[in-house]
Amino acid sequence: MDLDALTGCLTTSACLVTQTTSGLIIGMLLFLVAVGLTLIFGVLKVVNFSHGAFYMFGAYFAMTTYQLSGSFALAMLAGAVGTAIIGLIFERGFMSRVYGRDVLMQLLVCYAFVLIFDDVVRMVWGPEFKSMGMPSAFQVMPLFIAGGVVPPYYLLLIGVALVAALVLGLGLARTRIGKVIRAAAHNPGMVSALGINTGLIYGGVFALGGGLAGLAGALAAPVRSLTPGMGFSVLIESFIVTVIGGMGSILGALVGALLIGLIRSFGSLGFPLFTEGLMYLFMVIVLVSRPSGLFGKEVA
Amino acid sequence: MSELQAGQGAALNISDAKSTRYRDVIIALIAFVVLALLPMLTSSKFLLDFVIRCSAYGLFATSLNLLVGYTGLTSFGHGMFFGLGAYGYGLIMQKTGVPIPVAFVATLLITFVFATVIGAICVRLKEIYFAFVTLAFQMLIHSTILSWVSFTGGDQGLRGGIPRPPFLGIDLSNHLHLYIFSCALLVIGLLLMRQIAQSPFGYTLRMIRDNATRASFVGIDVYRAKLTIFVLAALFASVGGMIMALFVSGAYPEFAYWTISGEGIFINMLGGVTTFLGPMVGTVLLLILNDTVTRLTEYHGIVLGIVILFFAIGLRKGLMDFVFEWYAQRRDAARERG
Repeated sequence: MDLDALTGCLTTSACLVTQTTSGLIIGMLLFLVAVGLTLIFGVLKVVNFSHGAFYMFGAYFAMTTYQLSGSFALAMLAGAVGTAIIGLIFERGFMSRVYGRDVLMQLLVCYAFVLIFDDVVRMVWGPEFKSMGMPSAFQVMPLFIAGGVVPPYYLLLIGVALVAALVLGLGLARTRIGKVIRAAAHNPGMVSALGINTGLIYGGVFALGGGLAGLAGALAAPVRSLTPGMGFSVLIESFIVTVIGGMGSILGALVGALLIGLIRSFGSLGFPLFTEGLMYLFMVIVLVSRPSGLFGKEVA
Repeated sequence: MSELQAGQGAALNISDAKSTRYRDVIIALIAFVVLALLPMLTSSKFLLDFVIRCSAYGLFATSLNLLVGYTGLTSFGHGMFFGLGAYGYGLIMQKTGVPIPVAFVATLLITFVFATVIGAICVRLKEIYFAFVTLAFQMLIHSTILSWVSFTGGDQGLRGGIPRPPFLGIDLSNHLHLYIFSCALLVIGLLLMRQIAQSPFGYTLRMIRDNATRASFVGIDVYRAKLTIFVLAALFASVGGMIMALFVSGAYPEFAYWTISGEGIFINMLGGVTTFLGPMVGTVLLLILNDTVTRLTEYHGIVLGIVILFFAIGLRKGLMDFVFEWYAQRRDAARERG
């Protein structure tokens, strides 16, 4: 425990800015993963335990595309679209067979795919750590805000995640497709009776959720190292985020992700070895006081 | 939930209860004698080690079935008690040097306290939330073990061996003694759990699983029953952890990691939760599978994943469920013909 470092940081603006931005990018990446998780849970009522694998695939797809084409934009696109396609196949081919069955079965099918996907990545890209490297467009002088160092790439990352949050939130609230998705979450039988193909909606939501996790992985690729199994810690953290925010709530995912991001970045100063423990502790506290999460609907 | 319910076929008949208990005790005795005679037939250290590992994981998986199959509590953090047992026992033996039985009882007491506190918080929550909070507690304990380096050894685990002083003429540093001791713990543990499952309390648990609202209308304190079985299951899991610590003469953070819980659930699925011995069969299957697959290929995740998919999507039930149903069908068919 190192409380002096924490209080020291909280009183200097330079450290405060640096830690807050690093907390924000952790939070934003987590949000992109968690929002897919919460969306899939809200509509399909399944917990996608293999969601971390989509994040991993996104990162690897982005790295390979970037190495082949040299285009950063194309790399991001490949990360998002590639994982969306995997998500669609995964949902239609496997997950759709265990809807309405025991939670245990759904967890097991996902557990199986976590094992398979990790090994597929090991086969294709090898077991060692890889890195994509920072694209040349972002290899510029970092910005200095109130004495704190902020790499420009961080701003892009936060911006993209915020745009995704806004588009998703407005899309679900205002557009026709958004309404159909919300209706399907509420009463799939009725939606289906009105002549709407619910299978298509389910597959689409899964693809969207998977694609967002893939985008998160692609965005993270320049700043994190890539390794098979990298999705798992992200998965656990985004679980914590969705549980804290409330399963099925997009706003909850955003708030939860930012809270966890800040806990991580400031916690690593004060409690370097117990940073993860802090997150679990926070989750336990939230769940005990509000079992359905901060923004979740009441569970009976 | 129909495909995952334990003890469906067993009809409750009070007059049968006593004879069933005698039958269980006799089966347990026979099983113990067979296991104890095994070293005379074979000197293969590998086989005996395999049985010891089966005892550790088998107790753990069967206790998880008390929660998952009998009570409908899908715990995703049951492995924390496995880890707690291993670390509790290892630490007590390393730091205090008390006789082994004392360390055993003390570890059970520690597990009891932890399980009561954690259970009191967790069993209020339902289904997926219950699974998550148990998972969170598991990870909390895991990160505590990792970060408290001076006490637990951090990510290196408890090293330097755990002392195994002889007691009552039993010397656990002798491989044969350790083997017999593990088998005895396994058989006693299974017998006790069987008694719990077949007791009126066991049937109360099944009722809570099937319809908790109705159970509370009948006057059952659902919360208390759930907490009781949570603590009992934790104690058996802790014994499993202690056997593991004895076997490897150490304790490692992996014992408290979530994958232990994941494996426990998978074992239950593999063997099937509708029969009492299903998890035991699952344990043997998973250990054989793990051992052979890791020897054959470095990509054992793919093989294991496909096997899981085969059970979850193809067979849609565990092996023992499958065998049991097939047997019941054949019996019925034979009765119709006859």
